Amino acid sequence: MKAIMMVVIGFIFGLGLIISGMTNPAKVINFLTFGNQWDGSLIIVMAVAMLIMMLTWLWVAKKEKPLLSGSFNLSDLKKVDARLITGSILFGLGWGLSGICPGPGLVQLVSFKVEFLLFFAAVLGGMWLTKKLT
Amino acid sequence: MVTEFTPVSAAIGGALIGIACTLLLVLYGKIAGISGIVKSVFAKANSGSRWQLYFILGLLLAGVAVRVFAPSLLEGELQLSPWLIIVAGLLVGVGTTLANGCTSGHGVCGMSRFSTRSWVAMCTFMLVAIITANLVG
Repeated sequence: MKAIMMVVIGFIFGLGLIISGMTNPAKVINFLTFGNQWDGSLIIVMAVAMLIMMLTWLWVAKKEKPLLSGSFNLSDLKKVDARLITGSILFGLGWGLSGICPGPGLVQLVSFKVEFLLFFAAVLGGMWLTKKLT
Repeated sequence: MVTEFTPVSAAIGGALIGIACTLLLVLYGKIAGISGIVKSVFAKANSGSRWQLYFILGLLLAGVAVRVFAPSLLEGELQLSPWLIIVAGLLVGVGTTLANGCTSGHGVCGMSRFSTRSWVAMCTFMLVAIITANLVG
């Protein structure tokens, strides 16, 4: 049951990424760059998703546990440290260069284009490397 | 490449993303952070849990379904040399691992929870991405 629900939830998430256009790197790059080609679609994607999640967090705040599981599994990290900033800078460099982040990168694997396979392999390489070194 | 401003599909897509994050949180108490999910499946960060694998399966199935029924929706290419694609991928992999999250975890789930870490992360990578894209493009 849980497995099927997880597939469904992932499916909805993936469909959202595709319908919003975020699986197209050019749309993200055009949002990030100023000029005639500026495309503000990403703001609307983020705003709508965030608005829904704000309402969800209001509900969560009043609950002891989730509906189908024993406890909430949330990050209790609070510190803004060098690791967070360094990571965000590096991620911003990679994202600004390519116009693609992990979610859309994963979905685009089904297009079997070498460029997306290469990108995703490099993402995994980066994750593995960081785990090795830190 | 010029892309069109698509507010309606952006809103529908954003709503679907928000609904997926909501279901994961309300039903199972989990955060839909894609980089964390990818890391746990492919880099075996925290073994013993398989929900991430099923989530990724659903994500890929969405791609397959769209390729079959509406292939024009899944357009897109990376206009970079292979070496720059590798560099960008490595930066994304290292960056999200150090920062414990990316656009989904920090941007959608964390910022809506008013997490200071997530706001700092999102503002930082957004600013760096804007500078990078304008310098490169």
